[in-house]
Amino acid sequence: MPFLTSVFGNAASRTHSFGFAAEGAVGEARQRVGDLIGAAAEEIVWTSGATEADNLAIRGAAEFHAARGRHIVTSQIEHKAVLDTCKYLEGQGYRVTYVPVDTDGRIHPEAVRESIAPDTILISIMLANNEIGVLQPVVEIGRIAREKGVLFHVDAVQGAGKIPFNVALANADLVSLSAHKMYGPKGVGALYVRNRPRARIAPLMFGGGHERGLRSGTLPVPLIVGFGKACEVSRREMPAESERVGQLRDRLKQRLFESIDAIRVNGSLAHRLPGNLNVTFSQIEAEALMMSMKDIAVSSGSACTSASLEPSYVLRACGVDEESAYGAIRFGIGRFNTEPEIDFAARAVSQAVSRLRDLRRSSETL
Amino acid sequence: MPEPIYLDHSATTPVRPEVLGAMLPFFGPRFGNPSSTHRWGREARVALDEARERLARALGATADEVCFTSGGTEADNLAVLGAWRALRDGRPAVVSTPIEHKAVLAAVERVEAEGGIARLVDVDAQARVDPAAFAAALGDDSALGSVMWVNNEVGVIQDIAALGAAAREHGALFHTDGVQALGKVAIDVRALPVDYLSVSGHKVGAPKGIGALFIRRGAPIMPLMHGGSQDRGRRPGTENVAMAVGFARAVELAVAEREAECARLEALRDHLEQALLARIPDAVVHGRGAPRAAHVLNISVPGTDSESMLMALDLQGVACSAGSACQSGSIDPSHVLSAMRVPHELAVASIRMSLGAMSTEAHVARVAELFPALIAKARRLSGLSTR
Repeated sequence: MPFLTSVFGNAASRTHSFGFAAEGAVGEARQRVGDLIGAAAEEIVWTSGATEADNLAIRGAAEFHAARGRHIVTSQIEHKAVLDTCKYLEGQGYRVTYVPVDTDGRIHPEAVRESIAPDTILISIMLANNEIGVLQPVVEIGRIAREKGVLFHVDAVQGAGKIPFNVALANADLVSLSAHKMYGPKGVGALYVRNRPRARIAPLMFGGGHERGLRSGTLPVPLIVGFGKACEVSRREMPAESERVGQLRDRLKQRLFESIDAIRVNGSLAHRLPGNLNVTFSQIEAEALMMSMKDIAVSSGSACTSASLEPSYVLRACGVDEESAYGAIRFGIGRFNTEPEIDFAARAVSQAVSRLRDLRRSSETL
Repeated sequence: MPEPIYLDHSATTPVRPEVLGAMLPFFGPRFGNPSSTHRWGREARVALDEARERLARALGATADEVCFTSGGTEADNLAVLGAWRALRDGRPAVVSTPIEHKAVLAAVERVEAEGGIARLVDVDAQARVDPAAFAAALGDDSALGSVMWVNNEVGVIQDIAALGAAAREHGALFHTDGVQALGKVAIDVRALPVDYLSVSGHKVGAPKGIGALFIRRGAPIMPLMHGGSQDRGRRPGTENVAMAVGFARAVELAVAEREAECARLEALRDHLEQALLARIPDAVVHGRGAPRAAHVLNISVPGTDSESMLMALDLQGVACSAGSACQSGSIDPSHVLSAMRVPHELAVASIRMSLGAMSTEAHVARVAELFPALIAKARRLSGLSTR
């Protein structure tokens, strides 16, 4: 609140105390965001969110290193912000290899290694998938990237603040973060840009030269302060919170499996975000299921692709058949969920599933 | 220390209480992602659509013509680069002026870096752009003309109707950076030959982190970013719902209060200006000979320098700037004043005072006393040091 009202200065105003106060608050937030991922404050570049961070990382690296090569390695299950940026670059004369995943939704580091060519300039792999929550072996991939001298971008939007992630351990050069996936506000994100060895990228937006020239524009001080706070809280509570959320997720899975047959989990359970459960109920369409449970907010995949009627490309890449992909529901469990809510949700889902299956049976016999 | 006096409203403004009230639910219980299909998502979608509708109406546009951005810089970049990249094949040039905000100037430089042609039309000593010169520069190869409506450093208002008409005549689209114009001049995009208009929240009592680009229906635009189908692909990324709601409210208020507030600010500004000129006869007010926004006073006193004056003012609790906050780390004289051919000695002495919601008669009275006293002191000191 103070940064919306009384401490309202423009952090770029270097001529008065209003500006200095804002700049100080931004610096503190930078430190907090950096601390979450083991980065130095000055390696954090503020953006308007994850989409901009992903665009800046990939386009920025592609443009800066174009003379050295025009090949990028990514995976088939990245977020749309990564995939669409890669598609755009393909139109600009770049080559992109989309590494597949196994039926668990995992990328094999060796597959990444094999796709590296002499002109590869960037590897972009997500820390945790947004639909199935599957964690990727970023440490192994980072080692390969470093060994081959290729920049490594990690889209950590879904994993940061939920599981430990350290830029040094992962040998990451560029890391995308978003505040609103970890209880911070919408409208702010960050790109970690490694200082030593320095990751070089070109800017996406041009102007006053804010953020070391990498991202011009007046900083949204209140959002940044909120983001910093969210990182600090996440870092402090992560061990206990991931334990608690993981137990809730396991409880939900157990309740669902007890009461519903012909159900399966999509993606690896062993390598997974604690709060994610993605399940397919056979003979059920996710859309119908969601509409029949008005008190429960779940989704059939990413919000960013919810306008699309296509089945999830993530599930398809995991080898899930089209019909099962249409029957997939993502449960995202978080800080504010409780055991009674989990039990309520499991009951509601199981009732809705049997109702829909009954309907389907009776319409088939007609 | 006496009550601080904020005279840097062109750099940023505090969030208005009404705006804060409108936004708060969206930081709390109404936190949904507008792209989600469930109740929380739908509620956020409704709020976002309504904000778009209200902002559009306040500008004379329709909802589908409003594209929310992260701020003025992104809106300017989206307009200049987005329009040029869409049209570059037939029309490789972009025409602008040397007094634009850096967000436009840097985007224009980027056009050149990407193989386009950039032409900057000179301004006169009062920072005015001559529509005939602008028309001549457009030629027949320009995709876009871009001229700011109200200059952020000196407050000079351009003849947007004439400049836009010139662009139309030459088959070019027209963008105006309206960041400093919002709430200061009457804006009705229906009645003007403007294809793109940039606006920013934090100059009008909305928070930092939100802006918008008006894109006239049918005007081409290449997005700056990719991923997600938000805003029909023009601007992917989860929408900043709370700030969009706050921005719409702030713009409605700014438009509704514009005439009364500008009359109040103009009286305050003129009073300050006259008081300062009376007590410092050799002071120069930049852009004074042109139509000027009511809230800006940019003044230079020979024999002083901006940096030490600003420090002295800040020590007295008075916040001003030497020009744009976006360049306030820089020691070069303002590019705007250079384009107006202000002599170097005056350009390095420039102080911008920008009034706004926080400004009162008492503030103006105090600065009218304090500023000449600080000037006298600075001149004494510089006189001593040169001896």
